[in-house]
Amino acid sequence: MPAQTHVTATINGEPVQFLCEPRQSLLECLRDILGMTGTKEGCNDGNCGSCTIVFDGRIVTSCLVLGVEARGKEISTIEGIARGNRLHPLQQAFLENAALQCGICTPGFIVAAKALLDQEPEPDEERIRFWLANNLCRCTGYDKIVRAVEQAAAVCKQEAAR
Amino acid sequence: MSAKAYSVIGTRPIRHDGADKVTGRALYGADFTAAGLLHGAIVRSPHAHARIKSIDTTRALAFPGVKAVVTSADFPETAERMVDLGEGDTPLSYARGNVLAIDKVLYRGHAVAAVAAASPHVAEEAAALIDVVYERLPCVLTAPEAMLESAPQLHDGKSNLASQFQHVLGDAAKGFAEADVVVEREFNTATVHQGYIEPHNATALWNNDGRVHVWCSTQGSFVVRDCTALILDIPVSRVKVTPMEIGGGFGGKIPVYLEPVAALLSKKSGRPVKIVMTRKDCFEATGPTPGSFMRVKIGATKDGRITAAQAYLAFEAGAYPGAMVGPAGMTVFAPYDIPNAVVDGFDVVVNKPSTAAYRAPGAPNAAFATESVIDELAQKLGIDPIEFRLKNAAKEGTRRVDGPKFRRIGCVEVLEAMKNHPHYSAPLGGPNRGRGVAVGFWFNVGLQSSATLNVNADGTVNLVEGSTDIGGTRTSIAMQAAEVLGIPVADVNPSVADTDSVGFTAVTGGSRTTFATGWAAYEAAQDVVRQMKQRAAKLWEVEAAAVSFDSGVFTSGGRKLTFKELADQLPATGGPVVGSATVNPRGVGGSFAGNIVDVEVDPETGKTTILRFTAVQDVGKAIHPSYVEGQMQGGSVQGIGWALNEEYFMGADGTMMNSSFLDYRMPTALDLPMIDTCIVEVANPGHPFGVRGVGEANIVPPTPAIANAIERATGVRMTRLPMSPPTVMEALWSAGN
Ligand code: FES
Ligand code: FES
Repeated sequence: MPAQTHVTATINGEPVQFLCEPRQSLLECLRDILGMTGTKEGCNDGNCGSCTIVFDGRIVTSCLVLGVEARGKEISTIEGIARGNRLHPLQQAFLENAALQCGICTPGFIVAAKALLDQEPEPDEERIRFWLANNLCRCTGYDKIVRAVEQAAAVCKQEAAR
Repeated sequence: MSAKAYSVIGTRPIRHDGADKVTGRALYGADFTAAGLLHGAIVRSPHAHARIKSIDTTRALAFPGVKAVVTSADFPETAERMVDLGEGDTPLSYARGNVLAIDKVLYRGHAVAAVAAASPHVAEEAAALIDVVYERLPCVLTAPEAMLESAPQLHDGKSNLASQFQHVLGDAAKGFAEADVVVEREFNTATVHQGYIEPHNATALWNNDGRVHVWCSTQGSFVVRDCTALILDIPVSRVKVTPMEIGGGFGGKIPVYLEPVAALLSKKSGRPVKIVMTRKDCFEATGPTPGSFMRVKIGATKDGRITAAQAYLAFEAGAYPGAMVGPAGMTVFAPYDIPNAVVDGFDVVVNKPSTAAYRAPGAPNAAFATESVIDELAQKLGIDPIEFRLKNAAKEGTRRVDGPKFRRIGCVEVLEAMKNHPHYSAPLGGPNRGRGVAVGFWFNVGLQSSATLNVNADGTVNLVEGSTDIGGTRTSIAMQAAEVLGIPVADVNPSVADTDSVGFTAVTGGSRTTFATGWAAYEAAQDVVRQMKQRAAKLWEVEAAAVSFDSGVFTSGGRKLTFKELADQLPATGGPVVGSATVNPRGVGGSFAGNIVDVEVDPETGKTTILRFTAVQDVGKAIHPSYVEGQMQGGSVQGIGWALNEEYFMGADGTMMNSSFLDYRMPTALDLPMIDTCIVEVANPGHPFGVRGVGEANIVPPTPAIANAIERATGVRMTRLPMSPPTVMEALWSAGN
């Protein structure tokens, strides 16, 4: 068995340490070592977006990042989106708009959409579609996902104004 | 149209499993873990057709961390017999052979052996150390080629033409003689994949007491139980399947691939074993939908009456018989009242993965052919394409070419809704644009379902059912129980149970779940009402028949108790109330769907852009309209992908050249407009709430609707799927544009 490397990182605001093999992806580390299975694997080659996380402020597909690269990084995942026991407006909007069917793509979409709203509070439909083009959903046809993001943007804006 | 007033049906509650699914807490198959878990890896054939000369596992077994290796030699010795895996009878050796190849490999990616090891990486390394010696054989990849005398034979001593059928109605020759215009064309469609985002997965534990426990993502836990038991030759009572959440299936997660292998590895290693497919495995080694070669001929009189139709349908089954050509034959002319017709269907094995169901399996292929020919006929006759379809539309009493007479159906209502939709008369607004229409049919299925309702003392109800929830069906089923009980749907708490804990329930497929399991929940709720009436009768000292129940309130004479109040009295009146029901419904209602689509075709590149898309569907009764719309939108977009991009690019040696999501191009958010929906409700008289089922018919019309729109935009009729930019360019060039 290859020697394991010790990694410390910040995940969803908490300091985290783990041991991983150099060949393990960050996705594997999250899921198999840390038990954070909210981040999903759809392809393991960067093409579906199910494993989307925020990595030092940028959205990345965690299947294409090595676990050892997480050393010293700030990471956020789907598990860190809700505000305590209150859902984030995006999560709420996904539910109200029926923007998920099987739900396997949902964590990736919500993480990606949150990164968009964090930097652009008023994206139009085209911008949302462009931003989410790396996230595949095979169930919904995207219509309700786009609408959910539009609704969440409006809610976030109202909240910010308060 | 359904006009009945309901309090729960037709509303849009938040799904019961919603919080889990938006927070990442929901556990899907690959999320499952167990103490001592081993990881499996599958050795797959690099050849599309070869004889297995030998398999040497010595090096793999010696690799550190490896706990077990299995091949088809590890199947118990069982005499050949026919088994039913839920989709008709098939020889046991075929069922087993697709799980682990026996003597021959029949497609690239065919499973040959498997390893269990301490980690997925070790398993993968060890798998590469299994030495398989192959004798390569020539391969055959399309139905017309495989049907030739000279074609390489997949199954020794058996024709590649596994089966064929013919449906005859009236006298086609006479009908064509009466026609003023006849159009005949040939069509080809490529193999496409369901493209669910979650790869197949399974964990199995062969326990020391001889019981096998499986955790997996499946459309049907009982199918997994029964197939695993058959393949391993153990009684079904020894297999328990716990269905995990499932990340899409569309028909592709009905067959078992990994479960028996994980079970054998567990038996050998004494530990639970998990296997998860790679995306490449999903493309190469699960069941896509058949590629097809079709010829369709339809004749009509000058005034627009169809007199005769003929179809030749040759479908690629893949490695083992069972192409979905039967359903293609049932649906090919279903939207029309045609007096004379002949349909010939051919199920042909080829060296591609064994095909499986994909949303209305067989129907989209057939509709691409029929609806293109119908469109061309309408053009030749100078009749509006919707008018032409309306003139010939199937109705109650129309006999389908495969025999059955339609009961109440909504084909006319769907066409009327299309005609009256503002989209149909909106201006196209630009050059290189065209508008196409098409309709399609799916018959839907019934099959067995079970449900149990446990009444809680606080007046809520726990619903236990057996349909794995791929698109919000926990809620659409719970809503039907809530409607009967007169309680809010939030007071029904649904769960999908394992195979030991709920009665037999067939697959989540065939658009049956809300229809049939919803019906079971409806009946279980009636059972609860019956029992609760008795309890009220006891309290009030009257006959049960003297108690009435309406909108959640029990009454008798001047006395009254709400459902909640009476629930509180259950301990004192005889103990808990558990309602249960099983159904095997006959009153299945088929569904028609129609599309209006506007496209723009770039004359420089051949790229087709969808400008506007309207999906119309008769759903009978929309239990949860948001999820009904979602089915319509999702099916439409899968149809758009099928129409414009998706295909297995096969090398001459039978290698799929595009086995990744980068190269197998499914639609992204950026490729699409909003998908407008128009729900038509022609109640199904065969269901207590009029439900028909909505999951599948919506994928049937998109490919021809888009082909028809491309024709209007370019003047060129496409006869090959997908209508990808190079295919369209080629067609434009050969038409001299
Ligand atoms: S799993 Fe990482 S992009 Fe698909
Ligand atoms: S909801 Fe199933 S893939 Fe998006």
